[in-house]
Amino acid sequence: MLKVIDSAVPVACWSCSVAHNDATLFCPHCSKIQPPPGSDFFSVFGLAPRLNLDLPELEHEFHRLSRKLHPDRFARAGENEKQWSLADTALLNDAYRTLKDPIHRTEYLLKLHGAEIGEEHSGKDRKDPSRVPADLLEEVFELNMQLEEMRMERATGEPDPELQASLEQAKRKFDGLLDEVDQDLRAQWQAWDEGDIAVRQAAQKTMVALLDRRRYLSNLVRDVTETLGV
Amino acid sequence: MAEGRVVGIDLGTTNSLVAYMQGDTPVVIPGVDGSNLVPSVVALDPMPANGGRPTITVGNSARRALIETPERVIYSVKRLMGRSLEEVRSELKFFPFRLANDAEAGEVPRVQLGELRFTPPEISAYVLRQLKRNAERFFGAPVTQAVITVPAYFNDAQRQATKDAGRMAGLEVLRLVNEPTAAALAYGLDRAKEGTIAVYDLGGGTFDISILKLRDGIFEVQSTNGDTHLGGDDIDNLLLAIALDEIHAEHGVDLRAHPSAVQGLRKAAIDAKIQLSTEPAAHFDIELPNGDRYQREIPREVFEQLIEPVLQRTAAPCKQALADAGIAPGQIDEVVMVGGSTRIPAVLQLVDELFHLSARGKKPHTELNPDEVVALGAAVQADILAGASKTTEEMLLLDVTPLSLGIEALGGTVARIIQRNSTIPASATEHFTTGVDGQTNVAIHVVQGERELAADCRSLARFDLKGIPPMSAGLPRIEVRFLIDADGILQVSAREQRSGKEAQIEVKPTYGLTDEQVESMILESFDHAEEDFAKRLLIEARNEADTILAAVDRAPQNPAWQQLTSDEKTAIGLASDYLKKARRTEDAPAIREATLILDHATRRFAELMMESAVTTAIRGKTMDAAGEELGDEVTAPHPMAPAEFK
Repeated sequence: MLKVIDSAVPVACWSCSVAHNDATLFCPHCSKIQPPPGSDFFSVFGLAPRLNLDLPELEHEFHRLSRKLHPDRFARAGENEKQWSLADTALLNDAYRTLKDPIHRTEYLLKLHGAEIGEEHSGKDRKDPSRVPADLLEEVFELNMQLEEMRMERATGEPDPELQASLEQAKRKFDGLLDEVDQDLRAQWQAWDEGDIAVRQAAQKTMVALLDRRRYLSNLVRDVTETLGV
Repeated sequence: MAEGRVVGIDLGTTNSLVAYMQGDTPVVIPGVDGSNLVPSVVALDPMPANGGRPTITVGNSARRALIETPERVIYSVKRLMGRSLEEVRSELKFFPFRLANDAEAGEVPRVQLGELRFTPPEISAYVLRQLKRNAERFFGAPVTQAVITVPAYFNDAQRQATKDAGRMAGLEVLRLVNEPTAAALAYGLDRAKEGTIAVYDLGGGTFDISILKLRDGIFEVQSTNGDTHLGGDDIDNLLLAIALDEIHAEHGVDLRAHPSAVQGLRKAAIDAKIQLSTEPAAHFDIELPNGDRYQREIPREVFEQLIEPVLQRTAAPCKQALADAGIAPGQIDEVVMVGGSTRIPAVLQLVDELFHLSARGKKPHTELNPDEVVALGAAVQADILAGASKTTEEMLLLDVTPLSLGIEALGGTVARIIQRNSTIPASATEHFTTGVDGQTNVAIHVVQGERELAADCRSLARFDLKGIPPMSAGLPRIEVRFLIDADGILQVSAREQRSGKEAQIEVKPTYGLTDEQVESMILESFDHAEEDFAKRLLIEARNEADTILAAVDRAPQNPAWQQLTSDEKTAIGLASDYLKKARRTEDAPAIREATLILDHATRRFAELMMESAVTTAIRGKTMDAAGEELGDEVTAPHPMAPAEFK
């Protein structure tokens, strides 16, 4: 599990021995690279955990830190510094990859705050009726029948154009539902970023549910896309 | 600490090059024969009578031996790098590799070269050693550090094998760089600072496409895709197949039964292909064993129809790379063309369509020589790593892993832990536990690839987490950290969290050499300390002189000798005497200069000899016995193509 560490814990710099907090990538005193901090992805960028991020600024900071941390800058350094550069850059890259994507960012931040986010559903789970959002039960049932039919027709010859059209229509509908979920999620971001504890907790609960719904929908869309072969 | 230069090396399927940064410009370092390209061909000279180890030759001289002693020559070994015995067996259908017959599954396959056996990294090490020597001769100083390029779509094992080869050649490989990314670096030096570029790299045996974003000197790869079995070879094979079929149908001669004749015909096919890039038509005119002539005109139109399916195979990876980067074709600002095959006008046409170039008033970039651009980029990256240059201090390359990394889960499915196109270095942490009370070992299988089932992916390694303290099932919590480093190579570490004990892990690569094996294969100690350097240069210069002098001594016996004018013969005689005199001195540069003069004097002779050897091969007069060794179904690309295009 990810941990939020106490950024006030001091450690000594390996090079100049001056104490600094554990969350820093470089010694504030001598500027030497430090072993990877146990910090969360937000603090790698010196950010407070928030869902609304300035993406151009994030990219700028990613590039700035890459220039300083990347193993290319330590190709002829000592073995320790080489290893730390590698580990620090991996942390930076993992952090950037997670934070720049709105869904990954939301999942990450909610997990950081103890939320249980459903694991990636395997093929079996998707068919489990209890996972289907209640309002979609009927449509999903019909869609799955159509998908099955489509796969059989594909296997034996040319698929029925009517069935094809109907699946394409279903895909558009579910794509639209996905967009709605994304908008709903964004609406909660602000609540989480700016609300008090009670507002935050409510937003968190809503977002966990939205993420579950989203995962379900995107698996569905992927199935339809694959079956349509487009 | 005084540090030597870092060179950039393009270790290619067909040709290899070494380059360095001269001031703020990357330049290719020529070999002793003045050529920028060193054919990736390795030959074993005849066994010495005194029972010592035979000499290894590399490059153009090895290429000449291909016709005379094909069983002692190997080329296109890059196709075997990092591959298992099973994978290599499938290559044998297309290439005349001779595997050592005692190979066992799970071992690194070895190829038979005359009396000796070599692993693919050893063969590559000989090519690298030649490049290293070329650079050292050029600088007059030792070279011990290099950047080596690999196809972007190379997997972990192929990358590791390339690094092993570097080590065997006495080179510290500071970085492996992806070929298309290197090309972007070479172009990026004098190009606009911002924009999205695509690099289309169609080489001899591999195809790569990479999409990069350029910003303030940062080259950030967005996505990469490719096909490690798609290249100019496939085009040669098509032309060859047509010629073979037509010769069979029209003249009743099945050349397929004469492997060396096929090699000769392949050279003609390659020449035709090259000609068709600039001419409206190419001609085959070949004398057959029965005295007939096979004459055939191939108009460019026919050629283009023929190769259309091959070229179309590059389209899907391009589209996938665009999709993965989330970029529309119209958003690509520049397209950079890399690899000899991009000289084909139909390739330019396809790229134009794929990226809507002419519709937007743009043209793909072909300013830099497509055979050299990767090596030039490697030199730029070498300069970045050396870290001492104003030109490159603001430049940084952020590359990605081409293939997803996964762990085999229950039921043989793959749990992805690092997605493809993740910026490297990248890491993932996974937790494992035990299934049985008191269990002290856990086995983990790591795979690379995009398929759903582990069996369909490339098996990278199996790990045994050992020394887990005995606990109830499910209680141990073993944290395993997977890290893909900046070379695209996987590192693994593990820790048992409940007891705080470091779990011992034994990494067993599914395919690959152990550290000890690599150590034992380091090419004989040609790399002594620097004080030996001058001595070594002298020995090498004398060896080179001896090689060419011996060849000149044998020359009058070759039928090609009769075709020389008396002036040419006199010039060779004078140059030969001059070299013999120089060889007696201790002056390495003087010996090399004299060698170069003799090499120039004998150049036409070498060409004549090559031509007559090819003709002989096609006519099947003398080469049949030797040709058998090439294997029956020879449809290999032949490195006899002219080293440089006109």
